[in-house]
Amino acid sequence: MVDVTPADAVPPAEVGEVELYHPHSWWTKYVFSQDAKVIAVQYSATATAIGLVALVLSWLMRLQLGFPGTFDFITPQAYYQFITVHGMIMVIYLLTALFLGGFGNYLIPLMVGARDMVFPYVNMLSYWVYLLAVLVLVSSFFAPGGPTGAGWTLYPPQAIMSGTPGGQDWGIILMLSSLILFIIGFTMGGLNYVVTVLQGRTRGMTLMRLPLTVWGIFTATVMALLAFPALFVACVMMLLDRLLGTSFFMPALVEMGEQSQHNGGSPILFQHLFWFFGHPEVYIVALPAFGIVSDLISTHARKNIFGYRMMVWAIIAIGALSFVVWAHHMYVSGMNPYFGFFFATTTLIIAVPTAIKVYNWVLTLWRGDIHLTIPMLFALAFIVTFINGGLTGLFLGNVVVDVPLSDTMFVVAHFHMVMGVAPILVIFGAIYHWYPKVTGRMLDETLGRFHFWVTFLGAYLIFFPMHYLGLMGVPRRYAELTDMNIMTESAHHLNSFISIMAFIVGFAQMVFLFNLIWSIRHGREAGGNPWRATTLEWQTPQTPPAHGNFGKELPIVYRWAYDYSVPGAKEDFIPQNVPGSFGLGPSREPA
Amino acid sequence: MAIVLVLVLIVVGSVLFHFLSPWWWTPIASNWDYIDHTIIITFWITGIVFAAVVLFMAYCVFRFRHREGNRAAYEPENKRLESWLMIVTAAGVTALLVPGLFVWSRFVTVPSDATAIEVVAQQWQWSFRLPGKDGKLGTSDTRDVTADNPLGVAPKDPHGQDDILVEAADLHLQVGKPVKVLLRSIDVLHDFYIPEFRAKMDMIPGSVTYFWFTPTRTGTFQVLCAELCGQGHPLMHGVVVVDTEQDYLAWLGQQQTFAQLSAPKQTGSANQPPAKTSGLDVAAKLETLEAR
Amino acid sequence: MSVIIVFLLVIAGFAGWWLSHQGLTAKPWLEQGLAGDLVGLDRSALPTAKIGLGVFLAVVGCLFSLFTSAYFMRMGLPDWRPLPLPRLLWLNTGVLALSSVALQCAVIAARRGQLDMVRLGLATAGLTALAFVAGQLIAWRQLTEDGYLLASNPANSFFYLITGMHGLHILGGLVGLGRTSIGAWNGARPERLRLSVELCAMYWHFLLFVWLAIFALLAGWAATFIDICRQLLT
Repeated sequence: MVDVTPADAVPPAEVGEVELYHPHSWWTKYVFSQDAKVIAVQYSATATAIGLVALVLSWLMRLQLGFPGTFDFITPQAYYQFITVHGMIMVIYLLTALFLGGFGNYLIPLMVGARDMVFPYVNMLSYWVYLLAVLVLVSSFFAPGGPTGAGWTLYPPQAIMSGTPGGQDWGIILMLSSLILFIIGFTMGGLNYVVTVLQGRTRGMTLMRLPLTVWGIFTATVMALLAFPALFVACVMMLLDRLLGTSFFMPALVEMGEQSQHNGGSPILFQHLFWFFGHPEVYIVALPAFGIVSDLISTHARKNIFGYRMMVWAIIAIGALSFVVWAHHMYVSGMNPYFGFFFATTTLIIAVPTAIKVYNWVLTLWRGDIHLTIPMLFALAFIVTFINGGLTGLFLGNVVVDVPLSDTMFVVAHFHMVMGVAPILVIFGAIYHWYPKVTGRMLDETLGRFHFWVTFLGAYLIFFPMHYLGLMGVPRRYAELTDMNIMTESAHHLNSFISIMAFIVGFAQMVFLFNLIWSIRHGREAGGNPWRATTLEWQTPQTPPAHGNFGKELPIVYRWAYDYSVPGAKEDFIPQNVPGSFGLGPSREPA
Repeated sequence: MAIVLVLVLIVVGSVLFHFLSPWWWTPIASNWDYIDHTIIITFWITGIVFAAVVLFMAYCVFRFRHREGNRAAYEPENKRLESWLMIVTAAGVTALLVPGLFVWSRFVTVPSDATAIEVVAQQWQWSFRLPGKDGKLGTSDTRDVTADNPLGVAPKDPHGQDDILVEAADLHLQVGKPVKVLLRSIDVLHDFYIPEFRAKMDMIPGSVTYFWFTPTRTGTFQVLCAELCGQGHPLMHGVVVVDTEQDYLAWLGQQQTFAQLSAPKQTGSANQPPAKTSGLDVAAKLETLEAR
Repeated sequence: MSVIIVFLLVIAGFAGWWLSHQGLTAKPWLEQGLAGDLVGLDRSALPTAKIGLGVFLAVVGCLFSLFTSAYFMRMGLPDWRPLPLPRLLWLNTGVLALSSVALQCAVIAARRGQLDMVRLGLATAGLTALAFVAGQLIAWRQLTEDGYLLASNPANSFFYLITGMHGLHILGGLVGLGRTSIGAWNGARPERLRLSVELCAMYWHFLLFVWLAIFALLAGWAATFIDICRQLLT
């Protein structure tokens, strides 16, 4: 047991009133704001805007794959540019930025009971550097030669060679610069998220009383802070190879019939660095989703999350293990094949804590009081798609099974299901859940249900059959699926079907965007705590929360985040800042 | 309530799709049916887990949906249940991993009687090199690549002189004979992939990678490139023909050695080596594609 | 990748030690109310800014560990030709160490409230750090004049890359040091000044440590050391 000291000895839990930043003009309130809530909205809006670009790019790719030869303007060159920018935006500029920059900024201070992030100025800078990174990326569309077409993995040597779009033009340079900027900006934000969780917690908010959302975002941020440097190193070194003719990654090779001036570099070195970032990145996206979905399920099933402690330990275990599995992306890369034994084992071990999380979500439903609200529907859909994508991960993680499947559509289907569809379903669920707090109004229910059904079923119909194309051997990253002996006529029809579904699902997102904008003014008034939830963000005196979040006094936390349907309590939820033991106290075993 | 129905339909539909849809792997043509077996094991285990969890979830949603006056049970955790689930999961994962690792150790252990052949990739065509009479491949270096020596075979190495070069043409293999495929690239990453053989491996400029297999049936198979290698990537097809011994020897007899191919240069003849054609084809195809 | 793995193990050890004091095995649903026994599980008593800087230094450490990992992996390839380090680097090392010492003196002075000594320490540290950066640039010039160009060998490339990256971090630190100095001359609150001097000193010591590690790496001692360790292990 820890030392017992009087409660008065607690150092002030808050960012002191003196140090809290106060806006003085419209500009500093809404544009160059240091308020985490405004920064969160800025991050989310930018990420959504650039995400729309990626959505349109995916349509263009599906046009080409579903109806080859019909659309003349999609040349192989253009196709590879679309595929690269689509992947890069979705993984980094949308998912990472939205989960950490958007949800992290909004929810961390509110959920831990802080007035704001601990370093508000740095936090503001973080957003502006991120915006700059996005603009640099977008500018590559207007640069000579267009954006890079090297695939989102940017593997050298081809990424900086003339056979690849943008390789010898501006494309790759702008891409690498944008990534470097993103990492710098993210590091500024990430420091805030981590230190706010460490130091900004209000009185009584111990780590084991944190909502799992905070646990997920916190662990993901720690991972991102340690993983993004690997991408930074890789980008800087590749930039030097491209601009100054060094040979970090570039071996001696023949380019367009000419011997190149490079010598002796190692393309595999880049792959190690890239995936040392790239695999943790998967969990950087997944862990916030895990955390958020836990809270959605618990709140809307009116039941405490089952096995909270195990959930926390699983998050930590997954975070730690994800740093020693990176080379499972490289089973057929030509690295030492004996690494396969080690990395297959670590990869399959990580399935155990992940499976535990899935069981606990489902067991939370057991004997719950399940309200089939839109956030709950999205949470259920997340579980289905995540199980599906997670289980196909067991195919690809098991080294020998990966051999026929790697670099096929199976991989595409797998990672879209597990880190595309599943986290995005959580994002939607989370938006339907927290929108009332951000705006004070509910999103429209009918449009929401339409959006849910089309998105969930459509996405499943896109990616489930796609696995079987991969099993058949159809390779990924093919701009032309013609002259392929293995592809039957029906497989081409399946491709057309997938493309049509992609358009339908994309269209549903427009409905969602309309709902987002329309409901700001016309939505039903929500009140402070429409879902009757326990966590602190629902206990703010104003909705939307005012500057400083909690009014004069910071809340004091008396219980964990999941006191739903406690026997003996009148209501089926007890907010974290409500004192008292509600009948169960003395009769329960002592701590 | 629609969600319950949909969850059940997803499980039933996915299982039916798996068994009834026409999209499945190509008939195997190598010894790697071990890999297929491992995939089947994986399908069974993961399929059962998928169906079980989703159906259980559907049942929960149906049984415990909100009705007036309902109240959820209070159950923070259940150590026993969680431990059991962990043990069962660990057992399932082990059942996937152990056979997988056994097959992998087979995959990385090349049998001693395997013949080494070399595949050389460049943007965007495949070439091949077979050992000549001495049974050894000569050394090679990307720096030795010239218009007359497109594969970069070291001109000074005596072992390389009798190597048989198949430049941008079809490779023939003998059925039932294990081959160790040495993979080399002279420009970017490529990946030598024949779906029917199941095996594949990247080729990396500057080093030599490998894998091995035994062709088990005769036929003509399409080679695909499975690592993005620039804009010609989707057109980088090749052909591997698996022959009976007789046909194979007949084909082998028609091939030229490195010494023969580099001979015209030494005698000053104007004959061009028969390379390039297929590479030019791809380039031409690309141009038409871009022109569209 | 072994260097970065070792680095992460150290971080993981630290995180594990910290987490083990956070009561992660407690059953939170049984602990209602703001019991006194929860106090020890709260925030650290260190100033938040120091923790922030600590986390940032972990990220910087990660960055340099990754450069080191890449260095060792690239070093194993046959075209590696180590370059002779300019003697000037020894002088630069001394200057950087002096800079750190000066800042440490400033910290001691700030704790004692001797403003003049704080100013002296800050000025010395700033000037010596600038001298270090200038010295590094001269070293670069000497190397280029001797024909050790950036692109002619990977060893050269890594030399310029890693020293350059370290120099950029020093320059970034100088911005912070500049702000602290402005505070020292314009009469910042003593406790605030003390904190920012301490933060500068922490950053400086860390960069000195990184520089020593880099120096050992570039001089080849690190590789020898690892070889010895490896032999001891096998």
